[in-house]
Amino acid sequence: MPAPTFATQVLQTLAGALLLIAFAMLAERRSRRLVTLLIWQGAVLVTSTLLVAVTAHLSHLFFSAMLTLVLKVGVLPWILLRLMHRLGIERDNEPLVNVPTLMLVGLGAVIFAFGLAQPITALATTVIRQTLGIALAVILLALLMILARRKAFTQVIGFLALENGLFFAATTTTYGMPMVVELGIALDVLVGVFIFGVFFFHIREQFDSLDLHHLESLKED
Amino acid sequence: MNELAAASPTVTAALGLVLAWLLVGGLGLVRPNKTGWIAHVLFPLGAVIALGVAAIGTTTWLPAFVTQQMVLPLGLPDLPFHVRLDALSGFFLVLLGVAGTGISIFSAGYFRAGEGTAPGLLCLQYHVFLASMAMVTLADDAYLFMVAWETMALSSYFLVTTQHRLPEIRRAGFLYLLMAHVGALGILLCFGVLHGGSWSMTFDAMRAGTLTPFWMSMAFLLALFGFGAKAGLVPLHVWLPEAHPAAPSPVSAMMSGLMLKTAIYGLLRVGLDVLPIGPWWWGTLTLALGLGTALYGVVFAAVQTDMKRLLAYSSIENIGLIMAGIGLVLICRCFDMHVLAALALAAVLIHSFNHALFKSLLFLATGSVMHATGERSLGKLGGLIRRMPWVAAFALVGALAIAGLPPLNGFISEWLLLQAFLQTPHIPHAFLNMIVPLGAAVVSLAAALAGYVMVKFYGVIFLGQHRENTLVTAHDASGLERIGLAWLALVCILIGAFPQIALDAVGHVTQLLVGAAAQRGPSWWWITPVATHQVSYSGLWFWMGLLVVTGVTFIFVRRFYRGRVRRTAAWDCGYPWQTPRMQDSAEGFGQPIRHLFGPIFKIERELPRPSDAAPRYRIQIDDRVWLACYQPLGRVLQRVTENLAVLQGGRLAVYLLYSFLTLIVLLVCVL
Repeated sequence: MPAPTFATQVLQTLAGALLLIAFAMLAERRSRRLVTLLIWQGAVLVTSTLLVAVTAHLSHLFFSAMLTLVLKVGVLPWILLRLMHRLGIERDNEPLVNVPTLMLVGLGAVIFAFGLAQPITALATTVIRQTLGIALAVILLALLMILARRKAFTQVIGFLALENGLFFAATTTTYGMPMVVELGIALDVLVGVFIFGVFFFHIREQFDSLDLHHLESLKED
Repeated sequence: MNELAAASPTVTAALGLVLAWLLVGGLGLVRPNKTGWIAHVLFPLGAVIALGVAAIGTTTWLPAFVTQQMVLPLGLPDLPFHVRLDALSGFFLVLLGVAGTGISIFSAGYFRAGEGTAPGLLCLQYHVFLASMAMVTLADDAYLFMVAWETMALSSYFLVTTQHRLPEIRRAGFLYLLMAHVGALGILLCFGVLHGGSWSMTFDAMRAGTLTPFWMSMAFLLALFGFGAKAGLVPLHVWLPEAHPAAPSPVSAMMSGLMLKTAIYGLLRVGLDVLPIGPWWWGTLTLALGLGTALYGVVFAAVQTDMKRLLAYSSIENIGLIMAGIGLVLICRCFDMHVLAALALAAVLIHSFNHALFKSLLFLATGSVMHATGERSLGKLGGLIRRMPWVAAFALVGALAIAGLPPLNGFISEWLLLQAFLQTPHIPHAFLNMIVPLGAAVVSLAAALAGYVMVKFYGVIFLGQHRENTLVTAHDASGLERIGLAWLALVCILIGAFPQIALDAVGHVTQLLVGAAAQRGPSWWWITPVATHQVSYSGLWFWMGLLVVTGVTFIFVRRFYRGRVRRTAAWDCGYPWQTPRMQDSAEGFGQPIRHLFGPIFKIERELPRPSDAAPRYRIQIDDRVWLACYQPLGRVLQRVTENLAVLQGGRLAVYLLYSFLTLIVLLVCVL
């Protein structure tokens, strides 16, 4: 294996940062800080995408990076903060599972993700192929976060983090998805967040709270 | 694509008409509550399109016609829709168009606001239903066929549940939807077997495919199950007597008259066209099921007290006769008796056509009666011939036709079917030689009982005295309704008068499917389906004889008894206090049948004691098939699903955990 170039090393650092942020999100209880972490995650993603674009000389990745910047660092966090303000949620309650246990499960997920990425990494030809394991780990951690939270609001943040992980996986293995697909996904996420926003208000109207255990009463017996 | 389209103008025109139907349906949504716009513009427009569809179907009878195929630029990538117009689909398009015209004109005068679904939405569902039935007959690949088939099931489900606020109608609709999907599953599996690993979904590829005898029989059985569920073959008939009465009358007419025929079309297409000639037991099985269905349907029809349920059971009977005919075709084809197969197939097709006409006619007539009186129960009707003379006259034509009386069309097809049965001693198979004549006996029994049922239907509704005082205010059908009924009655009479034309028309189909056509008569007004020295029949002569005898008698009576007319009260048998309640009732009329065929029914009866001050009589007749097959099945299903319901704990986190674990498991599998 040739010695890693400077760009690759930076990329690997950024990937590490992504993973770290994912863990931080898993442990964080305050909604406002979760949004801040989401912004950081988006920023790291933009930087890494730009770096890949420069090193691999791929112009379409510039557009992807710009799209990510506008959407994930700008628009979506802004919508989320506004929603938070209007719904008056400042802090999330206890997660369903306590944080240390969650961390341990998360560690297991990361090990699993790296094991999974091993054979695929051997096949990939991109600059930053070693980071696929990290991308998968980010996805699994985001899933865990959705799973372990009570509030609908934090689950949406988890969903967005999941999307970030997918995007990262796409950039690392295949230099990003085709532009059409990427635009489609971006639009989906945007629309999704809007719909979630509407749902928040409905859920709160119905149950006077965003706590999801109230939804259990909806089940037919 | 374009040169293909240019080469098949008729198919293009047919597709255009289907689109026009959809468009008319869509226009209904523009002003969904404006009844005038929908009734006086859109439904008549739909009727005109239906006439066009019939016209397109008739082009397949032209001598210059060749089968046309086309590939549509629709569908999934690499899996486009194929359409095809041949004699068989042409015949069913004529059926759809001719009966559809009458039903659409009637519907124009029937549907009104305030009865459940808004008229505009109803108009959309109605025309989507028509269009999907046309697409079923035009489809040339399994994919388009299933899409059209399911569209048909769904649109008709919404039509059945027009009055969805009534719980029993929702229940009937659900049962219908369930059976429709179970049947569709059978058809889907049948196509899955038929493509034989080639993954090519066109019927052409399926025709060319080679299957082992086992898989061939499997495909046939699946098709029989799937199409049988749609057609109402016993024991898959349970949805039919529930769904037909639940639907508004024009919808019942469409379902019974047209939709059941798409199932017949499907079975003919798969059983006779796509599948090669199979073993003789295919035909025997179909024959036995058909005969059982016919007898079962007619016996149940005889004991019904709800006029639409009665007609629904009568539909089961007619489907049984048609299925028996298909069984005979399969048997004859298997022994290379092409002319006999052609004769049986001609009977099948003509009977399908006739049933579409007279059953629609009768269902529409019940619709008029319901609108005029608000009653469906036979026990509360009676004497309507005086209040509703037009409807009574048209219903009489339909009732005589369905009873199989000459000179109407029902006689033609039942007679042809019996002729086909009587020719079977030539079958070179000893076992079949013994059982097929029994089939002929069952067919004649069913036909005779059908006559009994129709006497009951017509007599109790239209003849005698009013059973309820409210019936005095009953009004006759509106103008558009009358035109619709008259159209259907007229076609019934025409086919009865000119059977040779019908026989010629189906000759193209029999030529396509079994490679022969029934014998032509010596002249166009005689039909001699077997041979000139054997039986023959002339509808025209029969009509003329009937008219001459009636006319002569009329003149005779007028001439010799003029001025000697005496009006006086009828003899009251020495019992002067007679009320309309003393007339023979529907229960009373069906009582002999109930006794004769007692073991078939499950009867619950409450008889009053002679000393009762307020005597009440109640009888409930249940279907043993429902009790023996469906209820245990339902219980088992209920138990299994209750155990499975543990999975649905109601906690969101648990549901998310399912997704997470599934993902992990799948990823491990990839590893």
